Amino acid sequence: MNALAVAASPRVERAWDVLAGVPDPEVPALSVCDLGIVREVREEGDALEVVLTPTYSGCPATEVIERSVLDALAAAGLGPARATLRRAPAWTTDWISAEGRRKLREYGIAPPGAAAAGEGVPIRIVSRRAAPPVPCPRCGSERTERLSAFGSTACKALYRCIACREPFEHFKPI
Amino acid sequence: MQASIDIASDAATQYLLRIGDTALILGQRLGEWTGHAPVLEEDIALANMALDLIGQARAVFSHAGAVEGRGHDEDQLAFLREERDYRNPTLVELPRGDFAFTVLRNAMAATFLRLLWTRLQASGDEELAAIAAKAVKEARYHQQHAADWVVRLGDGTEESRRRMLAALETLWPYAAELFADDAVDEAAAASGLGPRWSELKSDWQAQMAEVLGEAGLAVPAEAPFLSTGKRGVHSEHMGFILAEMQHLQRAYPGGVW
Repeated sequence: MNALAVAASPRVERAWDVLAGVPDPEVPALSVCDLGIVREVREEGDALEVVLTPTYSGCPATEVIERSVLDALAAAGLGPARATLRRAPAWTTDWISAEGRRKLREYGIAPPGAAAAGEGVPIRIVSRRAAPPVPCPRCGSERTERLSAFGSTACKALYRCIACREPFEHFKPI
Repeated sequence: MQASIDIASDAATQYLLRIGDTALILGQRLGEWTGHAPVLEEDIALANMALDLIGQARAVFSHAGAVEGRGHDEDQLAFLREERDYRNPTLVELPRGDFAFTVLRNAMAATFLRLLWTRLQASGDEELAAIAAKAVKEARYHQQHAADWVVRLGDGTEESRRRMLAALETLWPYAAELFADDAVDEAAAASGLGPRWSELKSDWQAQMAEVLGEAGLAVPAEAPFLSTGKRGVHSEHMGFILAEMQHLQRAYPGGVW
C-alpha cells in the first residue's frame, strides 16, 4: 500500500467479509479466502466481480465454489455479482493463510510445507526416504510415514503416524 | 445422432490438440481403473491423476477452440470429432493392460508431459503458458508416483519383474513417435507457441534411464517402428475408446450434467 492507494469501497469490504464465511466444499474447515483462491474483488459498473483461481486443473469443486460464492454475495444483498477465472499466476499452497494452516491442523489435516522448495526438483527415486517429515496433526510427532501420494482429493496425501498410530491426511505442497 | 465437427488444419490448432488429446485419452485410460485397481490407495491415486489430466485437457480444448475460431467448445472438441481428427500419440491409447503396464506408461507419459509443460510455461501464447504453469505442478506428482512403482515392481518379486519386463517390451517402441517432428512442430517453434517435441528427447531419455536403472531394467534399444497417432492414424484400439467416450454425446446431442 502507498499513499495513493484508494481504500476499498464499503461494498467490496463487505464482500470480503462474506467470502471469509464461504467454506471450501472439499475441505469445509477452510473458507475460500483461507485457501487463497479469491484473488480479487472489485466493482465493475453495477456488478461486483470476484476473481477466482482454480486449485488443481481437474478439481471437481471449481464450479461448486463459483456457485457458492455468487449465492453468498446475493444472499448478503451485494449482487449483482459475477465470477471470473484467472489462471496466472498458478495457485500454490503457499497462498493458504496462517489462519488457514491453523484450521487445517485442528481439522486433522497436516498443512503443506513450502511449495517453492519442491519446484523444478529432479525426480527423486524412492521418495519415501528422501521426503521431509510431515508432523502428525494430532500428536505432533515427526515419526510418520506416507501411505499413498494421493488421498480423498487430488490435493491431499494419506499418512500414518507411527507414534500415535492414527492415520491422517496431508495437504500436499504444490 | 449428433454429427461430427470439422477441425481446422492450421498448425497452432493441431499443436494444441496434440497436447489436449494426450491428456484426454490418457485420462480416460486411467479412469478405467476406478474400482479395479489392485489396492484402494492406487484406485484413488489413478482416479486423481485421471481427474488432473482431464482437467488439463478441458483447459487446453477451451483454448484450442478459441484459437481455431470456429466456435467449438471443450465438450465438442472432446466428444464430437472423428477418430482421424484426434491427435494424441498412439502410446496413450493402448489398452490399460495390467498394473505394471499402466504405471510404466504413466512414467513415460508423465515424464514427457512434465518436460513439455515446463517448456510451455514460456510459450508466447499467454493462456497456454498459464495452463502449463498449473499442469506442470500436477505432472511432477504423476511422474513421482509412476517412477516409484516402476522401481518397486522392476526391483520386486519374480512375478512383478516379469510383468514389468513385458510392459517395457510392448511400450518402449511407442516412445519414438513422441519425438518425431513434423510441420506442426516447426510452425510451433517458429511462432513461439511451444517447443518441437524432439527437443525434449534427451532429457526424457536421461530421466527414464535413471528410473529404469534404479528398477534394475535395461533401456531397450531403439527400434525402427514409428507409430502415427499424432497424424490421426491410430491403432485399432482408438475406435473402441472413442465409442465409449462419445456414445452419450452422440445419442443425446448437447446433453449436459
